[in-house]
Amino acid sequence: MSTPSQTVGPFFGYALPYADGPYVVPEWHPDSIRIRGRVLDGAGEPLPDALVEIWQADADGNVARGGGALRRAGKDFSGFGRCGTDAAGNFWFSTIKPGGPAPYIAVLVFARGLLKPVATRIYFPGEPGNATDPVLSAVPVDRRDTLVAVQEGERSYRFDVHLRGEQETVFFERYFG
Amino acid sequence: MTDPNPPYLYPPYGSTPLRAPSRPLVMPSYGPDAIELVSPVFGHEELGLLDNDLTRQHSGDPIGERIIVTGRVLDSGGRPVPNALVEIWQANAAGRYIHLREQHPAPLDPNFTGAGRCLTDADGRYRFVTVKPGAYPWGNHHNAWRPAHIHFSVFGTAFTQRLVTQMYFPGDPLFAYDPIFQSIPDEKARERLVSRFDIDTTVPDWSLAYQWDIVLGATPTEA
Ligand SMILES: [Fe+3]
Repeated sequence: MSTPSQTVGPFFGYALPYADGPYVVPEWHPDSIRIRGRVLDGAGEPLPDALVEIWQADADGNVARGGGALRRAGKDFSGFGRCGTDAAGNFWFSTIKPGGPAPYIAVLVFARGLLKPVATRIYFPGEPGNATDPVLSAVPVDRRDTLVAVQEGERSYRFDVHLRGEQETVFFERYFG
Repeated sequence: MTDPNPPYLYPPYGSTPLRAPSRPLVMPSYGPDAIELVSPVFGHEELGLLDNDLTRQHSGDPIGERIIVTGRVLDSGGRPVPNALVEIWQANAAGRYIHLREQHPAPLDPNFTGAGRCLTDADGRYRFVTVKPGAYPWGNHHNAWRPAHIHFSVFGTAFTQRLVTQMYFPGDPLFAYDPIFQSIPDEKARERLVSRFDIDTTVPDWSLAYQWDIVLGATPTEA
């Protein structure tokens, strides 16, 4: 039997966030994009005490196996990002669009009040491959757009996470027996 | 095997009703190259040498009962997980976090930040030196107190195994009154969060010790 989850609580601020956390790539990276969003509760109120983690492949679809997220040491792509939300529930990342027919970024959100994290994915708008992606295709049609980022500028996207309610984001099962 | 994890919605923990998802989770049909089936890796060069000793991060010794906390990170088949990043954070011996939003009127300790990191060794072992955290009150309900605990964050070999949890101390009288601990429905599963006193790891005239293993969930490919 696996060790059960417990909430991250409100007091992780000195332990989990770190200076380079939001930088999957440095902002000077020629292909860098920015993803920003908010984490919102069932009343539409922002969470000031959530932690968002992302994990993704590089532009060629390869997985980073060399570390470098905590202290980059010359590597320009770590694959992993971590950002605590600010007082208005905002998080952001500097990253690149991963490779593949339907590029996506895996997301975990931790927060006080979440006894276990929620898992979702960020897909990108206008990607022909989205239509045949096996994970996205398994999501009820009327909720698929909760997994697709909104393009805000040539290199910037918005992705809000609604934990609950009318616009609730699709979350994936994390327990596999 | 039944899911040992707490549900999202557990009304006795008052922060869950507005934050718990209400729609059914979607079972993901991950392909063999899904990013969720692998994990970020971290290297020793990314950590500080003293990151796993919370008693040596300042010029003086923190107040409190010095303890060594060790254990192994194991996968669902009981195999050790080497090179896994383990991060911890905790209140000081008086039950106070060094945190701006913390309002408990217990003393701060200038020699204790309460955060540490390490990588598991080849046998999946982690080891921290710290002080035993105090219990602390919180606003969930009248006279609510958290049992003493250390928060743990662990990476496995797949992102689906990513785990944040809390380690407790044996025999704590507050277990019965704590909705966060009680949110885990199964008693046997709850007991998995309680460390054991470990006389073999104690250091005479210097430190007591507790031992606690962490078992990660099965990955979709193991299921
Ligand atoms: Fe705590």
